[in-house]
Amino acid sequence: MEPLIKELRQALGRRYVMQQPEELLVYEYDGSVERAAPQIVAVPADTEQVSQVVSVARKHGVSVVPRGAGTGLSGGAIPAMGGILMPLTRMNRIIEIDAEQRMALVEPGVVNIDISKAAEPFGLRYAPDPSSQKACTIGGNVAENAGGPHCLAYGVTTNHVLGMETVLADGSVIWVGGRQHESIGYDLRGVLIGSEGTLAVTTKVAVRLQSLPELVTTMLAIFQGEDEASAAVSAIIASGIVPAAIEMMDKLTIQAVEPAIHAGYPADAGAVLLVEVEGLRESVVEEAVEVQEICRASGATEVRVADDPAERERLWAGRKTALGALGRLAPSYYLLDGVVPRTRVMDALRRIREISEEYGLPIANVFHAGDGNLHPCILFDERIEDEKRRSKEAGGAILRACIELGGALSGEHGVGLEKQEYMDLCFSEADLEAMARLNPGFGSGETFNPGKIFPTGATCVELLQHPAITRLGLDAFV
Amino acid sequence: MVEKTWKVGVSAFQGQDAPQEEDLYSCVHCGLCLNACPTYVETGLETESPRGRIALMKAVFEGRIGLEQGVINHWDACLQCRACEAVCPSGVPYGRLMEQTQAQVKRQRPGSMFGRIGSWVAYKQLLPNLGQLKLLVRVLRMYQQSGIRRLVHATRILQLLPGIGEAEASLPDLSKPFFDAKGQVHLARGTRKHRVALLSGCVMPLVHGPTMDAAVRVLTRNGCEVVVPADQGCCGALNTHGGERDAARDMARRNIDTFLGAGVDAVVTASAGCGASMKEYDVLLCDDPAYADKATRFSEMVQDITEFLASLPVESPKTPLNVQVTYQDSCHLAHAQRLTAPPRTVLGAIPGLELVEMEHSDRCCGAGGAYQLTQREMSGQLRTHKLEDAIATGAKIIATANPGCMMQMELGAKQAGVAIKVCHVVDLLDEAYRGEGA
Repeated sequence: MEPLIKELRQALGRRYVMQQPEELLVYEYDGSVERAAPQIVAVPADTEQVSQVVSVARKHGVSVVPRGAGTGLSGGAIPAMGGILMPLTRMNRIIEIDAEQRMALVEPGVVNIDISKAAEPFGLRYAPDPSSQKACTIGGNVAENAGGPHCLAYGVTTNHVLGMETVLADGSVIWVGGRQHESIGYDLRGVLIGSEGTLAVTTKVAVRLQSLPELVTTMLAIFQGEDEASAAVSAIIASGIVPAAIEMMDKLTIQAVEPAIHAGYPADAGAVLLVEVEGLRESVVEEAVEVQEICRASGATEVRVADDPAERERLWAGRKTALGALGRLAPSYYLLDGVVPRTRVMDALRRIREISEEYGLPIANVFHAGDGNLHPCILFDERIEDEKRRSKEAGGAILRACIELGGALSGEHGVGLEKQEYMDLCFSEADLEAMARLNPGFGSGETFNPGKIFPTGATCVELLQHPAITRLGLDAFV
Repeated sequence: MVEKTWKVGVSAFQGQDAPQEEDLYSCVHCGLCLNACPTYVETGLETESPRGRIALMKAVFEGRIGLEQGVINHWDACLQCRACEAVCPSGVPYGRLMEQTQAQVKRQRPGSMFGRIGSWVAYKQLLPNLGQLKLLVRVLRMYQQSGIRRLVHATRILQLLPGIGEAEASLPDLSKPFFDAKGQVHLARGTRKHRVALLSGCVMPLVHGPTMDAAVRVLTRNGCEVVVPADQGCCGALNTHGGERDAARDMARRNIDTFLGAGVDAVVTASAGCGASMKEYDVLLCDDPAYADKATRFSEMVQDITEFLASLPVESPKTPLNVQVTYQDSCHLAHAQRLTAPPRTVLGAIPGLELVEMEHSDRCCGAGGAYQLTQREMSGQLRTHKLEDAIATGAKIIATANPGCMMQMELGAKQAGVAIKVCHVVDLLDEAYRGEGA
């Protein structure tokens, strides 16, 4: 360990290589329920230093786990196998805003919302807006292919990243994609986005910026129950309107959020929908009226409309902080990210209620209703072993239910540690094998974030025995 | 998997003023606090973040780690600005947790002899006995005004003592007249609508005496009779932040007795830090049967001067004050008391005054009570950034609501060599009133 530390310190300086218990303790968690501590925390300041950390780690046979702000919800940035944890939070410069090309070039540690803030004077924004956008970093967003409420209309991170500067496992620095909107050859950019730091480390990101809409109208529709709210969602989509966002919060969530934020949600509401339409003035005005009519026809007891920024922000504040606010109801939560076809949302919510009763744990629902991306949030106390066990089992039951309803394991949080054991529910062995081949392809071996994504057990040894690797040969692996 | 090198034992948090389990586990480590934290923003390190500091408290509570110096250093690097608390969706009472943690540290790990003497002098002598503090300030003032300072600078003797040299250079200007709390009563101008008591405070009357006079004038101008009780003392905020809760309790009891006996509608303070601390006397004294109720009653009477004026509502000066001003949110007003509108309302009541908002107006300037002395480097970094943000507005005046912020930014302006004036919100209101009819 000593020569390794010494070499890292030579590269980064003493302060940015940490190994004291109190320093490692604070890097053992992210926003999820998982935890595992690294042996070393190394915090680079630029691409050159990232490359040095990777090279030194490779030389000593130690793995590197990249980390953003640690707000992830699947344990993607948790060093499951120990090794070096490499937060990229010091690399937080916005290098360039090219208003004409609608492109921002940023370092991975830049906080999501800061890109939009910097782009605003040019009438531009970065569209994906995870609920943690005030804290999460673009590097983490790229790694997990993060989403957010507004991804309903605009797509997730991968639809907004033009290219990345990337450090490979041998320390070399390459670009995938570029600053331009067009690229030729293999779309390695698409391969690396969502690869959860298992293949390479992103050191710069060129993101696509889009124009700020002319008018934005946010509506809060209040319902007596989830079924009415779900029906309204289906009806809005069926009408042909594509809102920028449709978010649902259930009764339990409303009860947690209101005391925290005072967003003005009625305490006795059974569910609320937050619907946002944006675009050209004429169409927005028209669509907003139609959305209100649909909501009322589906049983909304009240629809509030906000189009001034302050009031809109107040309505959104409740949604964006809902997760943290659930901390008021229980010391821990296990937040899932399952997806169902949006026509099956009502069925999914019913199944979740049954699972909640079966496992004796409250489950709050706050989610992207427009695209069927559920976020059931299982409330429990991590200090009680039995509750912890039950929360995991209930989570598994919910994910299985999502798959049974024709959905997917994850919409935007990534696989991480959380969902790896469920991967074979929706992927065949051949599917997983095809994915695993990327590792030797990139020559990543066990260098980056080992023990993630693939079903537990698919570690070094098993990978080596993997048919793909047998065929490609060991050389490809190293 | 990872080898566990940490011991699993009993919690080192013990006895009175221990952080409560319920408070600790209200943190669900979502990370939404990170970017509100000035030290996290400066360093990018989880070790210097609110979530990290709470994780360390939890680790101590769970017996995974002891009260080691390495742990304490990360807590000491906290400004206690409470910006994290204001943005926390989970409602973690961070300020209370950190104050209790500091109390545990103080009791169990009192530190070096030098540190202990320093903290005894500051927390147990100077702050509870304002006469001594005043004497010290008189001596320092003599030093600044007589030839001694010039002599010291000429001989460069201070360069031999690096720490002392920096402290000397960061001394505020002590040339202003003192404000004395001697039981005086200032009559309301016009019809008396309220009778309020004014907290004089500890450092403020000695460093910013004229601002205290301005506070009295704007209150009387708004129909208030102002009493300045002689028996009042320092509010104890610095003691609480430094973990000296028993000393703070004694100081709180004294103020409660004094102010509850003053027959007033409200206790008004021009110092955001004091207001925050006095509004929390009820928490500080909740286990004291003789004072718990009185403390609650007292805390409810406390109002920041901008909060009080804005609620009247404040009378607009009749003559304009044509200036550009930027406002720096004092942390203990914006975050601890959650008051961001009232100071702006007061400034907005002044005709001609143009308020130009700065970037990050609610990010701590780095003053943080004793932080300026104990964490010089970080304090200096924050001060520099604050000044940059203020200068970028083009305004030539920075208004704020707390003496610590004023001193910090005065120092920042001096270091940056810019002609930017730092004052309290009430200084500007007073200036506008005084120009009436002129």
